[in-house]
Amino acid sequence: MKITIDRDRCCGAGQCVLAAPDVFDQDDEEGLVVVLEESPAPEHHQAVREAASVCPTATIEVTE
Amino acid sequence: MSVVVVGASAAGFATAEGLRRNGYDGALTLVGAEPELPYDRPPLSKQVLTGQWDADRIRLCGQDKADDLGLDLRLGTPAAALDVAARRLSLADGTELPYEQLVLATGVGPRPLPGTEGLRGVRMLRSLEDALALRAELRPGTRLVVIGAGFLGTEIAAAARTLEAEVWLVEPEPVPLGVAVGAEVGEFVAGLHRERGVHLRTGPGAAVRDFKANAGEVEAVVLEDGTELPCDLVVVAIGSVPSTGWLAGSGLTLGDGIECDSRCSAAPGVYAAGDVASWFHEHAGVRVRLEHRTNATEQGLYVARALLGQAGEPFTPVPYFWSDQYETKLTAFGLLRGADEIRVVEGAIADGAFVALYRKGNRLTGVLGVRRAKSVRQWRALLAAGSGWDEAFADSPK
Repeated sequence: MKITIDRDRCCGAGQCVLAAPDVFDQDDEEGLVVVLEESPAPEHHQAVREAASVCPTATIEVTE
Repeated sequence: MSVVVVGASAAGFATAEGLRRNGYDGALTLVGAEPELPYDRPPLSKQVLTGQWDADRIRLCGQDKADDLGLDLRLGTPAAALDVAARRLSLADGTELPYEQLVLATGVGPRPLPGTEGLRGVRMLRSLEDALALRAELRPGTRLVVIGAGFLGTEIAAAARTLEAEVWLVEPEPVPLGVAVGAEVGEFVAGLHRERGVHLRTGPGAAVRDFKANAGEVEAVVLEDGTELPCDLVVVAIGSVPSTGWLAGSGLTLGDGIECDSRCSAAPGVYAAGDVASWFHEHAGVRVRLEHRTNATEQGLYVARALLGQAGEPFTPVPYFWSDQYETKLTAFGLLRGADEIRVVEGAIADGAFVALYRKGNRLTGVLGVRRAKSVRQWRALLAAGSGWDEAFADSPK
């Protein structure tokens, strides 16, 4: 699995961090997405798919 | 099963995508009033208006993706009537669409300002077409009056200043965004606009009384206090109206939007999602209708699960919104309107970096921050838990 993000789209909702806290974080000021693991381990895959689907601005793209 | 989704913007598209992701492989029709493939609206008053992004950048779905999802797309065909008993939808082009399950995601339209009908040079912003037309008219020195300093009005003013237009922002409330975020934060937003040279006129004297026109073309806005603001262009941004007119006589309950139960259902086999949906939020204990971009996705995905019998619990999201004012991003969770108290718990409003909590009665109802977005999110759990106000401080994440 590979995660790519379009950071300009990010609105700082932090939904991805709630869904997959081991893989995503936010920067302190604007709250924009930070990817901690671009190729996350299999045990995180389901959470990452969930994070991508709940992202309100389709910032996160997942390729498997 | 066959599902018809009416409304091809964020909520409708999220519903369609959510249905497929959750395993629905039956017939799926997506009806859109505009001829455009689904696109995202928040950038219209920001990156599209400043010209930073082109139209392609805001697509939620291209034709390829629509094909992959097996969507029967009916674009440029507004819905015209609904017969709930017969489970049949009629489109403006005469098409009759029978359905087993229906999702209504028709959004809102801009609230018109009486007295502007037929006046050239007066615009509203809701669609991509509106944004591109407005963009084409904004040049350095263009004299623009923005009527209404809510989220849309303030963002348009900011974008227009970025393009070096001469901007007047008029609002009968005491401060911009005051109704949405409270007076203290509203005053902070006012400061951002003044610093950038926006001519801000607020208070009852700044209500619009009249327009002056020359050969049908607007040339000045006249305020209640008698001030005349000569202008080349006016944008009306005084709120929106749920797009439910076509549902008169359908048998659905229409109040402020389509009234749904706590599971977003408006009638057997009929759901609503996004800006048009008014539903009972069981945790907040009140009926809620949100015009937040994030809610459109969340509610669309919830309705997709509800249609498939996978939703489980009622829909009780913690609302989230953001607003871009120049380089400043406001982020907030919860329901902020009508707060009894706003308390800054981190930083200071005067410094332009802060977290503020909102209280209504004895409950924590919202949190808003500027340049402290991650801190803001850390209060979300307390909002989700329905924390009391005093408990919020005892359980402070800081």
